[in-house]
Amino acid sequence: MDLGIQNVSKAFGATAALRDISLAIHAGELIALLGPSGSGKTTLLRLIAGLESPTAGQVFFGDEEASGKPIQQRQVGFVFQHYALFRHMTVLENVSFGLSVRPRESRPPKREIEMRAMDLINMVQLTGLERRYPAQLSGGQRQRVALARAMAIEPKVLLLDEPFGALDAQVRKDLRHWLREIHDRTGHTTVFVTHDQEEALELADRVVVMNEGQIEQVGSPDEVYDHPAAPFVHRFIGEASELPVHLGQGQIWLGGQPTGLASDQIGLALLFFRPHQIELVDDGSPCLVGKIIASRRMAGTRRLDLLVGSGGHHVEVDVPIDHPAGQQDMLTFRPKVWTLFPENEDEAGVRRKEAREARVVYPRNRSAGPLRQYEPSCS
Amino acid sequence: MTATVQSSRWHFREPGVIPGFRLTFGFAVCYLSLVILIPLSGLVWHSSNLGWDAFWALASDPRTIAALKISFGSAVLAALINTVFGLVVAWVLVRYRFPGRRIVDAVVDLPFALPTAVAGIALATLYAPNGMIGAWLADFGFKVAFTPAGIVVALVFIGLPFIVRTVQPVLEEVDREIEEAAATLGASRLDIVRRVLLPGLLPAILTGFAMAMARGIGEYGSVIFIAGNIPYVSEIAPLLIVIRLEEFNYAAATAVGVVMLSISFLMLLIINLIQAWSRGRFGHG
Repeated sequence: MDLGIQNVSKAFGATAALRDISLAIHAGELIALLGPSGSGKTTLLRLIAGLESPTAGQVFFGDEEASGKPIQQRQVGFVFQHYALFRHMTVLENVSFGLSVRPRESRPPKREIEMRAMDLINMVQLTGLERRYPAQLSGGQRQRVALARAMAIEPKVLLLDEPFGALDAQVRKDLRHWLREIHDRTGHTTVFVTHDQEEALELADRVVVMNEGQIEQVGSPDEVYDHPAAPFVHRFIGEASELPVHLGQGQIWLGGQPTGLASDQIGLALLFFRPHQIELVDDGSPCLVGKIIASRRMAGTRRLDLLVGSGGHHVEVDVPIDHPAGQQDMLTFRPKVWTLFPENEDEAGVRRKEAREARVVYPRNRSAGPLRQYEPSCS
Repeated sequence: MTATVQSSRWHFREPGVIPGFRLTFGFAVCYLSLVILIPLSGLVWHSSNLGWDAFWALASDPRTIAALKISFGSAVLAALINTVFGLVVAWVLVRYRFPGRRIVDAVVDLPFALPTAVAGIALATLYAPNGMIGAWLADFGFKVAFTPAGIVVALVFIGLPFIVRTVQPVLEEVDREIEEAAATLGASRLDIVRRVLLPGLLPAILTGFAMAMARGIGEYGSVIFIAGNIPYVSEIAPLLIVIRLEEFNYAAATAVGVVMLSISFLMLLIINLIQAWSRGRFGHG
């Protein structure tokens, strides 16, 4: 079932939770709504389910406008972060609940309800636990009961609100694989909310990155990681270092120093790169120079904290474990892959002032002052 | 996991990090003995002086049996009525925000604070055939004051706070997500209340019921003003005890007291067992 969200806004009192959001979700897709807390992702999910009604805009199920439809008739499977299981019912009763509350005409016979519930319990690998009460299950098991319960009503869409948020790392990982498997097998249109980018990238067909009630970018995991559409997306997904730069003469400049990175644009911009996507420069060509202020061992690499440029911008880079840079004071490097975002007016205003000062100050203090220590290795 | 829970349940005392078990347990036993056990066992002791035959004769006196039936019958009935309407009051207080909610909330406690005699006289005035509500009911041929129905009215008044105050906090704790989950699964409002909410409230409802009932069984002050106190018809057991005392018939008074005590104890024990069972099911155990 295709899902359409058209110009939807939602306000709680004076605070806007969603601002004019439009999104098309295709049948059978596995979509992640990713964003920090307060970005409106859960509100959007609840709007689709009918647990909230939009202040403005429409939600479509297929071609059908659903805004006026009560929750009961929407046939959405909703999985809550804290499971919301019925504590006084066994696993079997929980899973059967959706079928057993159907109106008499469409309710399957008791035996069939039980059989279908048992099938689902087997599918979520809880065979043998059907007589247990939720209090007797672990967190991961409860979440699987919640999923089986939601799937029992043969939902048109499956909505999951931070489904693995309350579980420990190892269980999360297992359930993630397992959810992907179930999705591929059953083909439900699935939307899940998460603030864990790793989870979103690994699991989803498409990722919807949200911030402050708006959609920043919609794209495949590759697209949002490799081609972030906004500074927010770059900062939020994966690790990012950023530097305020200016562009001109076919190059990127940092505080009056050429960086050796080509750009044919002009003006002020933010330069983004990932800590692991850098190359070390030792041939004296133009590059970035950083003072190493800390060195940490990560899993497979060494992470260096640098202060770069005259502004002392904090930047993180990764170098190989055995690289001597770990013992040095200075590091000369260049990003291998980078992204430029032109700066907006407000930020640019502040920065223009800084840049002007840097430009004026720089030649005069060439032989003295704090910049000196950045000089020796390159340019 | 269950095995360890089972085995530890039968230990008298588990060594633990929380100190003070001996002290607090000793205090609790001592306190309960002074306040409850010693006076009550005095009652039982006193009646045992009667001998079994004399006791049985007194206890099976038709007037005593009638009074006990009325006391327990009206207490159970009033507690049932309170369970239904107390639940509604608790629901309204928890789920809706309306002007004057705090005042309504405070009003619920009034039956606790009001001298029961005042309540009884007020109710009798209202429900008497010439009273405000009584006159209106008389038009339909109902007589409340000075009949067993009057007793139930008084006990409903006295018992209401017990249900409301036991259910209210539990209802406040009910996670809205549970109801939302039921709704997404297609359950109607009625189904949600009947199959999801009420079972969760059951332990609290049982507690409230037991307390309201126990209070009703022992209630004296408010009832005697509205009951009419006609022997065999609207005479409650506590009143019968007082009558026997005034006749200096202490033996008969103790006999009625002991019968009331045993029935009450049995009923409360059963309710507690049901409660323990239902709590266990919800994983509170």
